[in-house]
Amino acid sequence: MGRRSFIKNVSLAGGGLLIGFNWLACKRAAEENGEEVAMQMPDEWFELNGYLKIGDNGIVTIYSPNPEIGQNVKTAMPMIVAEELDVDWNNVIVEQAPLNLDVFTRQLAGGSQSIRQGWEPLRMAGATAKQMLLSAAAKEWEVPVSELSVDKGIISHKASDRSIGYGEIAKAATKIEVPDEIELKDNSDFKIIGTSQKNVDAKKIVTGKPLYGLDIYEDDMLIAMIVQPPAFGMEFKSMDAAKAKEMPGIKDIFTIDTYPEDMEREWSDVAAFSKLVVVVGESTWQVMQAKKALNVEWDLKPDLTHQVQILEKSPGMEDTGGLENSDMHTALMSDAGPAKSEVVRKDGDPESAFSNAARVIERSYSCPFLAHNCMEPMNFYANVTDEKADLLGPIQTPEFAEKSINKRLGFELDMIDVQMTRMGGGFGRRLYGNFLVEAAVISQKMKRPIKLVYTREDDMTNGVYRPAYRVTYRAALDANNNITAFHVNAGGITESPLFANRFPAGAIDNYLAESWTIDSSISTGAFRAPRSNFIAGAEQSFLDELAEEVGKDPIQFRLDMLKRAKNNPVGEENDYDPARYAGVLELVRDKAGWNNGNSTSSKGVAAYYCHNSYVAQILEMDLKDNVPVIDRVTCAVDCGIVVNPDAAKNMVEGGTIDGIGHALYSELSFKDGGVQQNNFDSYRLIRHREAPKKIDVHFVENGIDPTGLGEPPFPPVQGALANALYKATGKRIYKQPFLPEINAESRELKT
Amino acid sequence: MAQYDVNINGKKHSVDVDPETPLLWVLRDNLKLVGTKYGCGIAQCGACTVHFNGSAVRSCQVPISAAQDNEITTIEGLSENGDHPVQKAWLEHDVPQCGYCQAGQIMAATALLKNNPSPSDAEIEDVMNGNICRCGTYNRIKAAIKSASQTV
Repeated sequence: MGRRSFIKNVSLAGGGLLIGFNWLACKRAAEENGEEVAMQMPDEWFELNGYLKIGDNGIVTIYSPNPEIGQNVKTAMPMIVAEELDVDWNNVIVEQAPLNLDVFTRQLAGGSQSIRQGWEPLRMAGATAKQMLLSAAAKEWEVPVSELSVDKGIISHKASDRSIGYGEIAKAATKIEVPDEIELKDNSDFKIIGTSQKNVDAKKIVTGKPLYGLDIYEDDMLIAMIVQPPAFGMEFKSMDAAKAKEMPGIKDIFTIDTYPEDMEREWSDVAAFSKLVVVVGESTWQVMQAKKALNVEWDLKPDLTHQVQILEKSPGMEDTGGLENSDMHTALMSDAGPAKSEVVRKDGDPESAFSNAARVIERSYSCPFLAHNCMEPMNFYANVTDEKADLLGPIQTPEFAEKSINKRLGFELDMIDVQMTRMGGGFGRRLYGNFLVEAAVISQKMKRPIKLVYTREDDMTNGVYRPAYRVTYRAALDANNNITAFHVNAGGITESPLFANRFPAGAIDNYLAESWTIDSSISTGAFRAPRSNFIAGAEQSFLDELAEEVGKDPIQFRLDMLKRAKNNPVGEENDYDPARYAGVLELVRDKAGWNNGNSTSSKGVAAYYCHNSYVAQILEMDLKDNVPVIDRVTCAVDCGIVVNPDAAKNMVEGGTIDGIGHALYSELSFKDGGVQQNNFDSYRLIRHREAPKKIDVHFVENGIDPTGLGEPPFPPVQGALANALYKATGKRIYKQPFLPEINAESRELKT
Repeated sequence: MAQYDVNINGKKHSVDVDPETPLLWVLRDNLKLVGTKYGCGIAQCGACTVHFNGSAVRSCQVPISAAQDNEITTIEGLSENGDHPVQKAWLEHDVPQCGYCQAGQIMAATALLKNNPSPSDAEIEDVMNGNICRCGTYNRIKAAIKSASQTV
């Protein structure tokens, strides 16, 4: 079954993919007979398309197109290419591709879409190259292509008992025209996809090789750091840099404006603080010291009066001149926000159903702002000259960053080169490349290569936070304990977490979904599983309460509603497949032994669909001295075909731990516009001792084209946790983070 | 600024820095040994863990004036070919996700196993609690330590 191929012929003559800046290339060692043997490098490479090149000795280099943030697409994406190319995975070297929009589509890490959207292009890339190799062999042997077979990079012609390796025929293959139509393998023929392969960078990681943006050290390079306002709603007024400028190693201190008023911004150009003080020096420590010696004066932003109007009903507003605090946020989300709700979806007649209800259950849930806190703080390397801008570092959106540089510096796109380093975490923070633009602006001013580095304090107080959210659910029950109406009213600062078309929409006759937002000086952005990262837990907690109200087992309660949504759905816009949703619930119920009644642990269940994948989790825990101890989380996942099973397991484990950690421990609070947490002594992240003792992961096998895993396990586990905590404490929790609600003393950070 | 002699991974280096400069930044900026990572600067995350005369320390808290003339081992010096049993266990269990914390985790783990070759789960958790993994590879780290404890 031939498909139209969109793999283009990339000419080598124009420099192809030769990365002049070869910082990222490294030899890969292969194990042979237990001994370390360096892979023999070929004398010559032949590029068949932009995704791969074949060495004259059969070694293959595959370029991984997407940014790597720890989700391990750097292993899975090349596996998909290698599969269709039909080579031995042990003969594959993987390199990070630079930004190259002529060759690759969607070089972006976000939305858990890399595998899903890369599935077809990656397969095409491998298959077209294989076809060219086969055609070259067929031409040389003067036989039809249909008589050839391939196994692990060796082409054979059975009839004439001839064989040839890819390495020997690759040069001839470069002269073959890239085919227009191509056949892809049947899933049942997969040899690499579906097998567990080790992280291609694991060896470098465990031996401390340079990998991250922070590890860049180039000739002539200087270190730059920013000084930003101490509060959202403030801006630079003046500074006395005289003393700091005299300090050892300091080259210059000045201000920059990252995003001038007249600049056309990308969606990724989010920054609460555009005007920054910059300190440039020879070494990180010297620059850190100079920062401390600076005397900077800050002022309220002139447009804060607009903010004052928005917040006018907030407690203490008169005193702060527009600067925000957490009490204000709580008050706004309870009153002013819901007061300006807009209807997003309405099925049936919810108002009547509520008036006629035998009883109405109403519950509200809320969560704080969160900082992403990638372990590797924000940083970027830039070398901007009159002729070009070389940019290298951790960025999830290189394509948009390039556009930003084009707009900010006025450079043509072909003067700009963006390369991605491996990232010490992304979580959505590095979608927004303000630090990349800052580095470029600084380099241009200094006329030197610059590595811009954020301290942890800079990073945690820079903004782009996960928004604060609040949701109120109401359910109407009739005299027979049927749910006759369901109402969700959700909003936040600065966006609403509502997904109006997600379950239980479609399962309930009378349904109302409403949304509101409140503006703020605090900048917000996508955080792992945006919006879902709060509302899933809230929704799944509410469903648990409803199940208890009507006397049903929580899993059966959901399955009954899903059955309704499948057989007789309400409305047409329901954004989930009820059968697959039920599938993960049934799988997790079975694997966790939900009905066994053996264990004495407190159990909670939740399930959610987001970013195209379905995840259900059952969390089992105990309380020891009022502290939750999580024994086990059982996960059932439907993400279609699993490309790299053990790596996929790692992602589910990680998302589970991350979801639990943030729900239990993490929060940002605000006073006088300033965030009160700026390092890990005041902002709590989950640690070794607190991780679940055991995480079991089970995948649904259905042969559906693969969908993502970076985000889907994160949201539902928060609901499973809340529901288990209810069993353990007898108390429902409506506010994240959970731990202070269980254990008032725990607000004090103890490590 | 002053001259300091340091012994890193069995090799002597001479650096000219402020006496307060943390060992972390001497390793990274001066010696270009970038395996030891910066995560917080206040000994809360463990990414900067090195061995100081065989004991695990947070190099962000060790001023160079205190480090001089002592034996410092970094991730780069743990083994010749990345084949320390702990490194091998890390590979066997495919531990890393983003990988940024892992050098610090490995340095803390190797020190733990040196002092306690057969740690219990609770002992592992207690010692490793100072190393944050933002990606949540804690269970794999524990499994790798337990594997390595059988071979060390």
